Amino acid sequence: MSVRRLCADQPASFAFSPENLDWCAKEIKKYPEGRQASAVIALLWRGQEQNGGWVTEPMIRVVGDMLAMPYIRVLEVATFYTMFNLAPRGKYLLQVCKTTPCWLRGSDEVTAVVKNRLGVEQRQVTKDGLFSWIEVECLGGCCNAPVIQVNEDYYEDLDAAKTGALLDQLARGEQPKIGSQTGRRSSEPAAGLTTLTSVAGGER
Amino acid sequence: MLQDKDRIFTNLYGFDDWALPGARRRGDWDNTKALLEKGRDWIVDEVKASGLRGRGGAGFSTGLKWSFMPKTSDGRPHYLVVNADESEPGTCKDREILRNDPHKLVEGCLVAGFAMGAHVAYIYVRGEFIFERKRLQAAVDQAYEAGLLGDNACGSGWKFDVYVHHGAGAYICGEETALLESLEGKKGQPRLKPPFPANMGLYGCPSTVNNVESIAVAPAILRRGAAWFMGFGRPNNSGTKVFCISGHVNNPCNVEEAMSIPMRELIEKHAGGVRGGWDNLLAVIPGGASVPMIPKSICDTVLMDFDALKDVRSGLGTAAVIVMDKSTDLIKAIARLSAFYKHESCGQCTPCREGTGWMWRVMERLVTGDAEVAEIDMLLDVSTRIEGHTICALGDAAAWPIQGLIRHFRPMLEERILNNRVGRTGRIAAE
Repeated sequence: MSVRRLCADQPASFAFSPENLDWCAKEIKKYPEGRQASAVIALLWRGQEQNGGWVTEPMIRVVGDMLAMPYIRVLEVATFYTMFNLAPRGKYLLQVCKTTPCWLRGSDEVTAVVKNRLGVEQRQVTKDGLFSWIEVECLGGCCNAPVIQVNEDYYEDLDAAKTGALLDQLARGEQPKIGSQTGRRSSEPAAGLTTLTSVAGGER
Repeated sequence: MLQDKDRIFTNLYGFDDWALPGARRRGDWDNTKALLEKGRDWIVDEVKASGLRGRGGAGFSTGLKWSFMPKTSDGRPHYLVVNADESEPGTCKDREILRNDPHKLVEGCLVAGFAMGAHVAYIYVRGEFIFERKRLQAAVDQAYEAGLLGDNACGSGWKFDVYVHHGAGAYICGEETALLESLEGKKGQPRLKPPFPANMGLYGCPSTVNNVESIAVAPAILRRGAAWFMGFGRPNNSGTKVFCISGHVNNPCNVEEAMSIPMRELIEKHAGGVRGGWDNLLAVIPGGASVPMIPKSICDTVLMDFDALKDVRSGLGTAAVIVMDKSTDLIKAIARLSAFYKHESCGQCTPCREGTGWMWRVMERLVTGDAEVAEIDMLLDVSTRIEGHTICALGDAAAWPIQGLIRHFRPMLEERILNNRVGRTGRIAAE
């Protein structure tokens, strides 16, 4: 468990944009009558996206009202699930996986590059507002370790140099190549296919 | 070795088209109506007869699980819930199914849902898998558009809806009742069982929670027959399985192989062998972080299936093979897993909430050797007081890696303590 609290500095209000309100209404319809609370994660997530990447207290109240949930239940959800950021973050949030499969493949070196280059501790934001980083638990890309998730996207098969290059590209405002940084398609063996050579697409 | 013609996930790596035309070419959605026309009982019996055991870790018979659903509805709807909250360290197979072969899962939902009298399936995708979730949603949308889902799914007359739901970063939501809680919009804290989900699951209705891979292989089993699936692997461990090989191998990869393949063959044939050769192997965690590690001497001959790994006091789990060569600090590797469990404990049961932190702190001291030899047994003792004393298996999962380390590498722990000892006064654990 980790202790997670809302940040002290909160805005006065929050309101979903009209497009997001439509989207939320559709999301709520996925669930049976009276079970609209099921949409709480999706709504908080959308709110977090709209709000530049973090969940605020007014947002929690708004979502509670939309789903007829007591505010405390929404607060519980916001603090329980670690992908809800409870304080402002940089434009790019680097989630560095350090669980054993990534650690075995060199996540310590990757983390050192991130930490040194950004010059801030976890959850702090760099002065230019571009970056913040956190250490996360297994991202589920273990055959492509080490892995960093930047906002929505996975960057895989990293080492120290490739991590540096990734940060350079992000700092320049470029879109780095998503996925493996060594040119693998997905999680096939790097030295060539050992299976699926005789099926569609396998000849590559 | 398994031949390509017997592989189910023929687009595991995404070289082919993931979308509906590609999926149809690979044989998905091929006269699904005919499968449904054979009836609920036939589907359940066939899956039972195939010997398919749940691919999410526990290895419970999938067909048997489906058969626990009430035969007729008492007015409450039935639900199929697919567990795509893949987050067991070492495991990355469902991700490939979700993004490269999503129609296998969507078709599996229809077949499995029909077999348990459900008109609705929810697929719970882990929060981090944003790309995968969008890909899956796109596949679901394609299926609706083609009339494969909806009011008259595949022209069968059966109404079936599939909804993609997502989490937001909580390992514990991979536990089926925590997943249901989360799906209902609550904190993901596991429920006491009984009542079991088949009687009181999602929204208090009969529900079945299955892993992505278990559902995705079902249509192939029904088309090719239980006997075909039975033909791979040893009795009680049948079928093909996607193995995830990570860690100190030359070519980490996911690969679909026959069950009961020798571990050494799996690693050498597909993952390019252990870094530095087989003799450079130190230990393997054979089934995801939650199962005890086994030393090289066992890895030399062990088979990759439920029973063989259980016999060596480990487990197949999710078939995530984490390989560690002789350069590995095994104590640190396990200490990192202890940190993982401490972070992911939901906080509901005291033995787990307090115990995972306690074990992690002792493990951190064992890494540096700043401990007493007696503390090894104390740690073992504490781990057995967590194991089996919590609502869900996370307590067990936190204890087992440590027990595996002590079982096979106690001299290593002692040596580190003794090496660290020179010039230092003792300190007894009271974390």
